[in-house]
This record gives sequence, structure tokens and C-alpha cells, in this order.
Amino acid sequence: MTTSKARVLEISPITRVEGHGKVTVHLDEHNQVSEARLHIVEFRGFERFIQGRLLWEVPVIVQRLCGICPVSHHLAAAKAMDMIVGVDQLTPTAEKMRRLMHYGQILQSNVLHFFHLSSPDLLFGFSAPAEKRNIFEVIKAFPDLAKQGILMRKYGQEVIQATAGKKIHGNTAVPGGINKNLSIEERDALLKDIDQIIQWSEDAVNLTQNYTQENLGVVKGFANFDSSHMSLVRADGAMDLYDGKLRAINAQGLPIFDHMDYRQFDNYIMEEVKPWSYMKFPFIRSQGKEDGWYRVGPLARMNTVDFIDTPLANKHHQLFKAFFGNKPAQMTLAYHWARMIEVLHCAEMIKVLLLDTDLQGTDLLLKGERREEGISVIEAPRGSLFHHYKVNENDQVTYCNLIVSTTHNNTAMNMAVTDVAKTYLSGQKKITEAMLNHIEIAIRAYDPCLSCATHALGQMPLKVEIYDADEKLIDSASQFVSKHP
Amino acid sequence: MNAIDPSLSSIIIGYGNPGRQDDGLGPAFIDSFQSKTNHTIKLQSNYQLTVEDALEIGNYEQVIFVDASIDCQAPFLLEEISETNDTGFGSHSLTPQALIQLSNTLYQHFPKSYILAIRGYEFDQFEEKISDTANENLNLAIHYLMSQFNA
Repeated sequence: MTTSKARVLEISPITRVEGHGKVTVHLDEHNQVSEARLHIVEFRGFERFIQGRLLWEVPVIVQRLCGICPVSHHLAAAKAMDMIVGVDQLTPTAEKMRRLMHYGQILQSNVLHFFHLSSPDLLFGFSAPAEKRNIFEVIKAFPDLAKQGILMRKYGQEVIQATAGKKIHGNTAVPGGINKNLSIEERDALLKDIDQIIQWSEDAVNLTQNYTQENLGVVKGFANFDSSHMSLVRADGAMDLYDGKLRAINAQGLPIFDHMDYRQFDNYIMEEVKPWSYMKFPFIRSQGKEDGWYRVGPLARMNTVDFIDTPLANKHHQLFKAFFGNKPAQMTLAYHWARMIEVLHCAEMIKVLLLDTDLQGTDLLLKGERREEGISVIEAPRGSLFHHYKVNENDQVTYCNLIVSTTHNNTAMNMAVTDVAKTYLSGQKKITEAMLNHIEIAIRAYDPCLSCATHALGQMPLKVEIYDADEKLIDSASQFVSKHP
Repeated sequence: MNAIDPSLSSIIIGYGNPGRQDDGLGPAFIDSFQSKTNHTIKLQSNYQLTVEDALEIGNYEQVIFVDASIDCQAPFLLEEISETNDTGFGSHSLTPQALIQLSNTLYQHFPKSYILAIRGYEFDQFEEKISDTANENLNLAIHYLMSQFNA
């Protein structure tokens, strides 16, 4: 790489993604992009923070990691602790309550992402002026759509409240089971609106499908690159967001590993450290550092599973697969379509579970033979989430390692950013807001969770700075400034 | 001069991450306020502001957001939210201004709105503890708001 006249363009933080991040675009002396890097301040220190805590506390405490997907951490920790307390199979009531909670979480998270964070880009176009690309303009132009998004999100939160006890930081999933069932009143309140939620979910699938088909040129030309994909699958190959075994496929759709017991994950997956990033770069051991990276999340799940076991979502999954020639979909923007199919699946599963009388059962908790180590994987909204703990004889955590979805997607997001930067920033003398937004859109498609940063009033503005080869600031701009007293 | 009207139906929303030291000032405010008053004000604690809060605040004439501040003048600052054009919107960083605007745009409801910013100092570690100085600021803020509501 030529560095004599190299420049670095810095974008920090990224708007409309979960939390804060920074992008540096490295230009050579000809203003050509040589590389782009996504920097994320990950939750360094959390693993140390959890050490010494009692195993019973962990499913509640880990939710402090994140206000965006606390339920995923709650359930992943509870699953890992199930293993430690020797419970390999929960009671039907406990497992179904946890699943219901999980579907509520994925529904509300995916809805929020699409309706309120990504829809402005898709509905108004990537190059629309900044004052146009926001939820308020979506409300003006598509008021019913915006209100649907809020009501769907609210519904997902109500499912969480009924199953987790609280909308945020619930405490019902405990090692070995659950500490509440679903009352008839709670069930009936949720059943009242579920058919409407399913209808709106299918409308959203159609919207994203139409967008993909009608804008195929844009979709094909935007951060479209081959990769491997990984997710949990059920024993029969169906989508299973709560439990299952791991399947990884290569860019051609051929298996790398299949039905892998996630308790053996460190035999298959390694993490690389790079000096410029706090976040690690996982890769599939058998494929090596260079080629072993992969994608997780909605797009990956569409590619890995054989089918979806709810009728409407399965119909749309088949359409999705057919559209991409029954090969793995590789277009970053197809994440949006995939994400809405999952919303539909979750809505259908919520209805199935609400009609299941096991949820009113009273057999909630099991005990087994104590183990020292617990490992779990759950399919969180953004992708596979790994929790790994060791606990001593005093029930205190002595080891904790978390691999979150955003970490699995780390290399892919850097690939996407580099691809877009090369297309839209190379050779340009002036960096426009629209160009910067293209980078943000590529990152946003992965719905990265960067929310470990605090959000106190007065946080950073979106700032763009360009430095010359001598690290002298030659240009800067602010795009989004949080208001504060 | 700020003028909280105790006669209006009111909701106080405290938000922040209690696992991040002084970032938990908002939820701590709600916990403490709840234990010290019998007032009928609706109290809500959350990790962050969310879009569906726009629905909730539609039920009230007055809303007060309580959050930690990294740079307001100590011990706290109460500021009224007026007509705003804040389109900064991330689900993590949804601001009170954006939420009020969302309520106004969606439901044509613009309640009398305030931000009570409490000065915090320590945010960088995973620790469920508010610093001593921030705790003093918290107590002063609680006392102030209780007096405003005659609670």
C-alpha cells in the first residue's frame, strides 16, 4: 500500500445503527480507496465483570450488556447455565415459555430495525438528502406503515413482558427452567392481536421482496460478495432460532460442517485478533484465517436452513431461495428481505405457542448432575450468539467468553464497507453526505449492535475528519449532533 | 424559568444502563423517587427510550425525561423541550427531543416536556455503582422534583 500521500477519512459514530462505531477509509495519493475499516468499541471488560458472580445471577446480569437485545443474552446465559446445573432438556412449559420470549424479542428487534432504521434508505433512496432520510419523513409519506411498525414493536415487547416479567431486563429464565408460566389472561391479551400482526408481517415481507426485485440493479451492485454462512438448524434441517446444531455452508452452498454440537464449537471456530480493532475476527478453523470468515444473521439463516416450519414464512422462504437460483444469497441488501421473513416466522410461531396449553403448565424447573462448564448458542436477531462459562464449586463464575453476532459478522461488515467505499469514494475529491450514507447503509444492513457504549446526554456528534499524509487535519464535518442541555 | 405544572397528568421516564456506573442515574432516580413519594405520577424506568414510548407519552399532558449527563452544570439541569427538529434517530440513541417529535408527528400530541439532566462522572466501566458525587447530584435532583410536584 502506498502511504506517502495516504489520507484517512474518519466517520464517527455511525448513525442509525445500534450504538456507536467509527469507520476509517484509507485513501492513497490518487484518492483511491485502498481499504476501509469498521472500528467498534466492544464490551471489553464484561467478561471480567462477570467473574465471581454466582451462576444464578448470570442470566440477569448479562442483560446489562445491551438494551437492544437483552432477551437474547438472558436466554443464552440461561441455556449455558442449564448445562451447568445438569439439565439437558427443559420441561415443555419452560422450553415453550423461553421460545415465546425469544420469538417476541426477534420480532420486535427486526421490526424496529426495518421500519425505523432502514426504511428511510429504501423508501427514499440512498442519495436522498439527509433531511429526507429519517423516520419522520417516512411517517409523513407512509403514515400507516410507520404506525404499523410501532404497533408491531409494541406487540413484541408485550410478549417479552408476559414471558420475561419485564420489557427490559426480565428475570424469568433461570438455570434449569423458568419461574413463571403464561396466565390465561396474558395469553388472551396476546391472542387478540396476533392475526393482525401476522398480516402486517406478511405485508412487510412483500414490501422488502418488491424492493429487492424492483431495484435489482442497486441490490446487485451494492456490497455483493461471496461468503460462507452459519447458523443453528433443527435436526431435520428446519429453521430453529432457539436451539439446534450448527451448520456452515460455503459460498456455493456446500456444507463445511453440519449438525455440529455447539458445545464443541472451539474445535471448529477460532478468533483472530487484529491490532487496529478491539473486536475479534472469528473464522472457521478448517478454512483458515483468510478464507474462513462467514456471515450470520437473517441472510445466513435463509441460506443455511432447508425449510421453515410455519406455512407463510416457508412459502416466502421458498420464493426467496428461488429468486437467488437456490444458491446462497450473497447480496448485503437481501438481509432486509430475509429479516422480514423471520418476522413473519416469529409471528406465526407466537400464535402456535399461544394456542399450546403447555404454556399454562406448572412443571417449570428441573435439576440434574452439576457440571463445571456451560456452553450455549442461540440465534439472536443479528445472528448466532455464543455464551461460554466455567463455574467453581462455590457456584462462582471463573471464566466467561461471549461471541456476539456482530463479532461473527466483523469481517463481512469490513468487506461490505470496503466494497462500498471503493465504489463510491474512490477518485472523489469531495466526500459528500450521500457517499457517506452509502457506507452507513452497508453497515446498517447487518444491524450491528454497538450499544455497549454509554448514551449519556452530550455524546459525540457524527464527525468526519480527513487527515493528510502528515496527519494534519485538512477537512472535517459534523452530520448528527445529539441535543443536550 | 422552568415551570413544572403539578396539576397536569404526568409521566417521568428515567433511562440509562445501571451496569455502566453513572449511566444508571435515570433508573436510580425512578427507584428513589418511587420509594419517597406517594404521588400519583406515572414512573417508568428503562434502559433507553424506545419508539413505543411515543404511544405511552400520548396518555399524559406532561413528560419529564431523566438521564445522566456528561457535561451539564452540576448538580443537575432542568430544561424544557420546545418545538424541535431533531431527526437524529437510532434505537439506541433516540433522544427525548426526537421522541417528542415522533409523538407529535404520529399522533399530533406535544405534551409539556422537560429533560432533567443529572451530572454524572464515571461511565467507562461495567459496574453497578453510582459515584459518590453523582449520587449527591441525584439526591438534589430528587429533592428538587419532589418540591416541584409538592410530593
